[in-house]
Order: sequence, then C-alpha cells, then structure tokens
Amino acid sequence: MARHAYKYSAGKLLKHGLTHGDWPRMWRRPERRDSYDVVIIGGGLHGLATAYYLAKDHGITNVAVLDKGYLGGGGSGRNTAIVRSNYLTPDGVAFYDRSLDLYNTMSADLNLNIMFSRRGHLTLAHTDSALRTMNWRAEVNKLQGIDSSVIGPDEVKRLAPSLDVSPDTRYPILGALHHPPGGVVRHDAVVWGYARAADHLGVHMLQETEVIDIVCEGGNGRDGKGPGGKVTGVRTNRGDISTPVVVNCTAGWASLISNMAGVPLAITTHPLQAAVTEPCKVFLPTVVVSGSLHVYVSQTDRGELVFGASVDPVGTYRVNGTLEFTEELAGHVLELMPGISKMRLLRQWSGLCDMTPDYSPIMGFTPVEGYLVDVGWGTYGFKAGPVAGETLAETIATGRTADLIAPFTIDRFTEGDLVGEKGAAAVGH
Amino acid sequence: MIVVPCPYCGPRNSVDLRNCGEVVPRPDPSTASLSEWRTYLYLRENPAGWITETWYCRSGCRRYFTIERNTATNEIRDSEAS
Ligand SMILES: Cc1cc2nc3c(=O)[nH]c(=O)nc-3n(C[C@H](O)[C@H](O)[C@H](O)COP(=O)(O)OP(=O)(O)OC[C@H]3O[C@@H](n4cnc5c(N)ncnc54)[C@H](O)[C@@H]3O)c2cc1C
Ligand SMILES: [Zn+2]
Repeated sequence: MARHAYKYSAGKLLKHGLTHGDWPRMWRRPERRDSYDVVIIGGGLHGLATAYYLAKDHGITNVAVLDKGYLGGGGSGRNTAIVRSNYLTPDGVAFYDRSLDLYNTMSADLNLNIMFSRRGHLTLAHTDSALRTMNWRAEVNKLQGIDSSVIGPDEVKRLAPSLDVSPDTRYPILGALHHPPGGVVRHDAVVWGYARAADHLGVHMLQETEVIDIVCEGGNGRDGKGPGGKVTGVRTNRGDISTPVVVNCTAGWASLISNMAGVPLAITTHPLQAAVTEPCKVFLPTVVVSGSLHVYVSQTDRGELVFGASVDPVGTYRVNGTLEFTEELAGHVLELMPGISKMRLLRQWSGLCDMTPDYSPIMGFTPVEGYLVDVGWGTYGFKAGPVAGETLAETIATGRTADLIAPFTIDRFTEGDLVGEKGAAAVGH
Repeated sequence: MIVVPCPYCGPRNSVDLRNCGEVVPRPDPSTASLSEWRTYLYLRENPAGWITETWYCRSGCRRYFTIERNTATNEIRDSEAS
C-alpha cells in the first residue's frame, strides 16, 4: 500500500541547504481510478483530514479527494489561522478542544512543522452584556477543564500594551475573556501536511477535478435523488467515478454540492474578508478579538498585522474586496490601537463561508444513504479541521455517528434542536 | 460595492439597506406541520446564479421590496415593489 514517507529532519534541511538539491514532491499526481470506496469532494483541510484519518485510523485507503482547483485553494488557504476552544456550549467546547489536542501534536504526527504558536487569545468586552457572556463562557469552559477566565482592563493592558484601555474611549474595554491555550497555526502547512501524509497512506488527491453531479438511485426526488435514495457515484469534468460513499467537504460551495444529492442545507454563502499590513517590529504578543467592533487582529512572526472581521452582510459567491470593509476595519482597529495609524495595508482578500443559523457545523449522515456532509464551517472551520476529519472518518468507518458530532447532525433544523453558538462564534474566530 | 435599485429611493449602496435573503414561499402557519415550518425558516437553496431576494430600505423609505440578483456576479435585474 503506502509508498514510504520521505522524512523531513534538521539533517535533511542542512543537506538541502548546502547542496541546493530539490526537495521531493510532497504528493503524487495519481491516475484516476474508475471506482473508490470513498470519494471526498473538496481538497481543503476538512477533506484532506478526513482522508488521512480514514487511512490512518481505519485502514480505508481506496479513497479519492477531488478538488475543482488546487488543494487548499478555498477557505483553508485564506483564513487567519486562529485556533481556540473557549466556546459557549458544552458541545462546542468538547469538540473544539479535541481539535486543539490534535493541533498540539500535529507537527510530530505529520512530520511537518505547522508552527503552532500558543500565544493566547483575548476576546474584549466593551459592554456589560458582552462581559456577562464572557463570564458565562468562562464558567462553561472551566467546568470542562479549559484554561479560560475573565480579566480586567489592567491585566488586558499588561498582556497587550498597545491596546487603549482608557475609560474615555468610544468603546471602553471593560474586560476580556482570556484563553491562554489559543493561538495561531501556519494554515498552509496543515493542508500540505495532511495531503502529504494521506498520499503516503495511498489516498488519491485529484486536483482540477470538478464534481458536476452526484449520481443517486431510489430517492423520492428528480433522477432518484433525495431522501430514501442512495449514492452510486459522481460525475466530474474528467469522467464518472463510481462509489458507495460521497462526502461533501466543500464549505462555501456546500449547498451547490448538496443540491446535487437532493439534500437542501440550512446554509447561506457569504464572503469573509481579511487584510494584512506591512511588516513592523513584533509588538502584539497575543490574538485580540473584539466582537462589538467586528474586528480581530494578530501579528505574524514576520511582523505583519493580520486583520479579520465578520462576514459581508450580503450572501454571494463572488469574492472581491470592498472599500466598506477596509474603511470599517481601519476605523475600528484604530479605536483599539491608536498607535498604528501610520501603518499601511499591504493586501486584502476574501473567501467564502458557509453560514448556518446557529453558528455550528452540519456533520454526518443525511437522508440519502452514502451521502455524508461536513459543512457549515462558517468562519471557524480552520480550528475544527483535525477533529472534524477524525470524527467523520470514524463515522464513515463504523457506520455510527461519532459522539462528539452527535449535536451537529443535519436533522437538528427540522427537529428544532439548534445549538446556539452565536455568542462565541459570530465574530469570534 | 453592490448598488441596489430601491423602487422608491433609486439606486443606493447596499450598505444603506438590509439584505433579507432568498424569497422562500411561506406556508400557512395554521396548517403547516412543524417540520414544514422549520424547513421554511432554515433551509435555503443558496444557488450560484439568479435568485429573487428581499431587501429592506432601512435608511431610506423603510419599505421592503424584491429584486433579482445573480449571486455569482452580483448583477441585478429588474425591481418591483412587494
Ligand atoms: C478570510 C477568512 C478568515 C478565516 N479565519 C478563520 C480563523 O481564524 N479560524 C478558523 O477556525 N476559521 C477561519 N476561517 C474559516 C475557515 O477558513 C474555513 O471554515 C475552512 O477553511 C473550511 O475548510 P474546508 O476544508 O471545509 O473548505 P475549503 O478549504 O473552502 O475547501 C473546499 C474545497 O472544495 C472545492 N470545491 C468546491 N466545489 C467543488 C466541486 N464542485 N468539485 C470539486 N471541488 C469543489 C474548492 O475548490 C475548495 O478547495 C476563515 C475563513 C476566511 C474566508
Ligand atoms: Zn428606499
């Protein structure tokens, strides 16, 4: 089965540095087979992680990951890479905390440095009601053993001296939820690490392969699609593939794929924009988020400030930057950190987010046999990638919904059993 | 910038209005089953193409109206009062 892994090490780095030799390719470009045991649509972090855990934990290696573009070209390559587990609901906390555990050992597990920097995460409160939510979250977190507490403005100032904590600003900082285990990760490295490891275990990554239809039979809708039916394969721009299991890991495009199986989703697609400044001396030691001001910021090792906001208010598949975003962003960031008014924005970009009404994912089985979803990742799917892949692989391999994702099943919408993570995820990242 | 043609106020920057999303047929609350009602509340087609959607002119005439917009390009055609 698996071709042997080329191991990265300090010795290899030295050798390549001295000889300027080429590094071997991280993954192959395999010949497409006519059939696979599992076809995963979407070669982002979620699709790749699912493939990796299917192969590693369950020995299921006849798996293809299909992407219409290149691996990591969706949200996985566009996010601001913030990870944390201080959510509001016990379900959310347990789920995201497992992901942090997986991130913690990932560099060793995947033999690739993912540059996980546990620099801490501050969520600022500017109003009494925000402070109340922070206290609520801190208590839920502590109960589950998560390092999370509410701190006052003095402590905020100590942790992030560039923040203006004076009481006479327009949005005074009354306190913050402090989560020391949170931080940032090198997002591309995670995508590449999973792709490389999955490739070594025998998974096929098929890039520039766009799924144009899902073939079903026996369902009560058009062409045998819809509830009561089952999946038999997919149609792509490069030909048909037969498979009994199709997994939808397409985030912003999730509805388009799901409609192909006759399974409508509680999702609308919105762009999320981000921006980065020119580099300067490192001065911001933690991640800072302000829900009320719709902004968050962290500083890269190179010294650039990375900013993000909440999603654009109009649902669309068109990703382009807007002036409204930069204007609002600049205004709000300067409320928090007046000292950076002379810094220049270098770049601005945007990615698609699959928003659900309860700011929680939709995972697992659907009314169509063999069609599973791992969608609804909104603005928080990067931190969830590892645990989503692990639990989804378990669900596929055992035929039973993994415990950690039981609250996130698709029928919660028609059952009226929503999760309610808005208080911790709307701008939170 | 998306320019939305309000039938009363004329063309406006979309930030002056609120987008209320795809028009979904509303079942009769007195006869709809719970699951029909929740389907109406939550499930969306969310296509990449032409949709009919509702806007609320919140900082202008404060009226609701529907337009057709292509969600792949944000092109807008025709606007009618509702
Ligand atoms: C600007 C921005 C900032 C963000 N910041 C954070 C953050 O700080 N922390 C966090 O946790 N999350 C963050 N997110 C969210 C996170 O990036 C996403 O939730 C996550 O990357 C989703 O990963 P995915 O693998 O499910 O999907 P994606 O990475 O979007 O991958 C989906 C793939 O599906 C492919 N695809 C689509 N249609 C088809 C088709 N028909 N056939 C074949 N392939 C198809 C696409 O090409 C794409 O590569 C952010 C998102 C954005 C846009
Ligand atoms: Zn108007």
